[in-house]
Amino acid sequence: MSVFIIRRLLQAGLVVVVMSFIVFSGVFMVGDPIEILVSDDADQEERDRMIKSMGLDKPFIVQYGLFVAKAVQGDLGESFVFNEPALLLILDRMPATMELAVVALLIAVVFGIPLGVWAGLKPDSLASKSIMTGSILGFSLPTFWVGIMMILLFAVYLGWLPSTGRGDVQVILGMPISVFSWDGFSHVLMPAVNLALFKLSLVIRLARAGTREVMHQDYIKFARAKGLSDSRIILIHVMKNIMIPVVTVLGLEFGGLVAFSVVTETVFAWPGMGKLLIDSIGQLDRPVIVAYLMIIVFLFVFINLFVDILYSLLDPRVRLQDVKA
Amino acid sequence: MKPWRQLGLAALAVVTLSAPVQAADVVIGMRSEPSSIDPYFHNLGPNNGMLGQVFDRLTDWTPGMDKIFGRAAESWKAINDTTWEFKIKKGIKFHDGSDLTVDDVIYSYERADGYEGGNSSFRTYTKGKTLKKIDDYTLHIMTDSPYPLMPNDTTTVMIMSSEAKGTGAADKNKGISAKDFNDGTAAIGSGPYKFVEWKKGDRIVLEKFDGYQGSMAQPWDKITFKFIKAEPARVAALLAGDVDMIDNVPTSDIERLKNEPKVSLSSGVSNRVIYLHMDQFRDSSPFVTTKDGKPMDKNPLKDARVRKAISMMINREAIVERVMEGVAIPAGQLLPEGFFGRSPNLSAEKYDPAGAKKLLAEAGWGDGFGLTIHGPNDRYINDAKIAEAIGQMLSAQGIPTKVETMPKNVYFKRASKGAEGGLPEFSFVLVGWGSGTGEPSSPLKSLLATHDKDKGKGASNRGRHSDAKVDSLLDQALATVDDTKRAALLAETTDLAIGKNQGIIPLHYQVNTWATRKGLKYNPRADERTTGIDLVPAN
Repeated sequence: MSVFIIRRLLQAGLVVVVMSFIVFSGVFMVGDPIEILVSDDADQEERDRMIKSMGLDKPFIVQYGLFVAKAVQGDLGESFVFNEPALLLILDRMPATMELAVVALLIAVVFGIPLGVWAGLKPDSLASKSIMTGSILGFSLPTFWVGIMMILLFAVYLGWLPSTGRGDVQVILGMPISVFSWDGFSHVLMPAVNLALFKLSLVIRLARAGTREVMHQDYIKFARAKGLSDSRIILIHVMKNIMIPVVTVLGLEFGGLVAFSVVTETVFAWPGMGKLLIDSIGQLDRPVIVAYLMIIVFLFVFINLFVDILYSLLDPRVRLQDVKA
Repeated sequence: MKPWRQLGLAALAVVTLSAPVQAADVVIGMRSEPSSIDPYFHNLGPNNGMLGQVFDRLTDWTPGMDKIFGRAAESWKAINDTTWEFKIKKGIKFHDGSDLTVDDVIYSYERADGYEGGNSSFRTYTKGKTLKKIDDYTLHIMTDSPYPLMPNDTTTVMIMSSEAKGTGAADKNKGISAKDFNDGTAAIGSGPYKFVEWKKGDRIVLEKFDGYQGSMAQPWDKITFKFIKAEPARVAALLAGDVDMIDNVPTSDIERLKNEPKVSLSSGVSNRVIYLHMDQFRDSSPFVTTKDGKPMDKNPLKDARVRKAISMMINREAIVERVMEGVAIPAGQLLPEGFFGRSPNLSAEKYDPAGAKKLLAEAGWGDGFGLTIHGPNDRYINDAKIAEAIGQMLSAQGIPTKVETMPKNVYFKRASKGAEGGLPEFSFVLVGWGSGTGEPSSPLKSLLATHDKDKGKGASNRGRHSDAKVDSLLDQALATVDDTKRAALLAETTDLAIGKNQGIIPLHYQVNTWATRKGLKYNPRADERTTGIDLVPAN
């Protein structure tokens, strides 16, 4: 297993290096940060001074070299916009996004698996058909639109939930977390549901397909013949066997939730990383864009690793050292 | 601690906390977030608006930008051609309790002038000025040549406490880094509000400064600014009652909000004009073509008659009515009515298709030619739609015009220096300009004076309009201390550069709209700033 993990980490390193080059040259080609940041009435001298202080007067390859030289020391550069280390800016926003992603994932799992299993057990019932139709909506409605509709319904017309922003934050185990107070929870609920909708539909469909497949397996028939109760069959034997695809997909989706919840964060003005990314792209804050994507690469690599390990725990037939990735 | 005592304390806390909270806290939903709390880091609208509540300036503008009043300065006058004397008000306290004196002003101007890093400094306003302390409350600012815009320039640089401490390297920015401001350590001003906290991407909180001595209002005990970039979300936050006011109300929602009983709208014309630049420096302009799109070796835009004809083909009333939903004012020059140094002779060009046709024929372009208009799609109110409307109007009148819009982060680089040799890439561009000095010399200098890097002129002259007469008139105006004479000179310069030369085509002045809950109103600011000070109870 350790060989496997080491190999994975080496691959990750390679991916990060390649990514850094692609991202850096990508943002290098787009626009000119000076034109975005400079005040209208600055003269040419002032503009030149800015170009110099940001190091934009140097050729691309030199800029990239300087970036790499600093990056290996853990310094991913300073944000053009805020003049603070890009890495800190991103890490500062990470708890808010993590919180949102975890709540969204919980919603997807807690509601998705029972609904999906139900739909798999009784495929012809009216309830199951409604669940499946609902999941189509979850797939196909655009997040942005659903978010706005939710705000209009729950915040504007009913007035039950706050429309935007993040609630009061408490520091728990060194992490600023908001979900454990009512104020915080009421703020996180709508964006989390909005973010979860797509994943929820996905989990429902995976769980349903898995259940239908598993129910016809011999070991289920045998369990029934043995006289096990329905609840035991479903909760132990079915559940365990449908979890593998669900865990795999959710692992990958979790990365997506953390990295690219841009739309939801924008609609609900959630002060997370996604909003930082989209703002940084708008303002051509190159160091933040590059640092962000670097972190995301790391994140995905680790999630994949974690999923592989979890996989082996769920299914003893999977032996990690045999996996030639 | 015993449970009942805890309960008692909690009750006490609730009582003491909620007493001053009543009706004196306000939450404002804003589109744009400042980039720093350091007052010299970034000369940008959102920063200047937010920080102006925390830091005083020597002078400042009234919301309508029609008058300059003294903030830290009690009075000011030019005592000779090259020296201005400022008297500082006595008794002004910083938020840490120390006194504001001339030393703090000089310290602040030094830090602003020598700022390293940052995104466009205030050097434009501090350059060429020497500050001299006469006594604790008398300051002389000296320049090499007569400098009439001194009180205008002093509306920009904010004053921080010279006793503020930072953690940065001592030789850089007085040892105070942007971070020291952002966490509040060094954010010590003397303005009506104290800085409390900034959660990036989320909110900025300000609190009333009890020791404030100045003339500005302090209508609230606590002001929370929430940053809500998405337009529908901002409107929804107001409708849901989560915020008391929003800025930058989308024009498409204005009609609906007017009928909303819970909401009042406040709007006012801004100092921003939306206008068109035309390539006047290339004989063969890349986006001026024959009617069927082939390159040409002649550039009709160099002829002032052609430029005037284009201006006459644009139906400004229609743009204001249909595209801007009535929320804009047709423009004929650089600043709307009421501003200093405007020309009395110029009003918005009348829509006159027949006249335009005649003029085109007179210039030898009666058969028309092809054009491409370029514009941003996320910078000004409805910018892409305006470009499309102009494209259609010109196309219908014999100048087939393609429309190309793009995000501002790509657009401005290409529009300013996208072509070889750092020249503007496009031939016909839509841009906007907000005059920070509240009079036309800044746009005349940047947009219509001959592009000259060494003189610092024409920095944003993307059509490279150039007329020696305009340059010399402007230089003369900039050196005239007498207000009446200077106003006349600026008007004359505008008459020549826009009225006669058609150096740019003004389209309209932007009108900004704020929406508040019923019972409040906003004093619309011509400089487009959103503050808590200008949000007041109605009546």
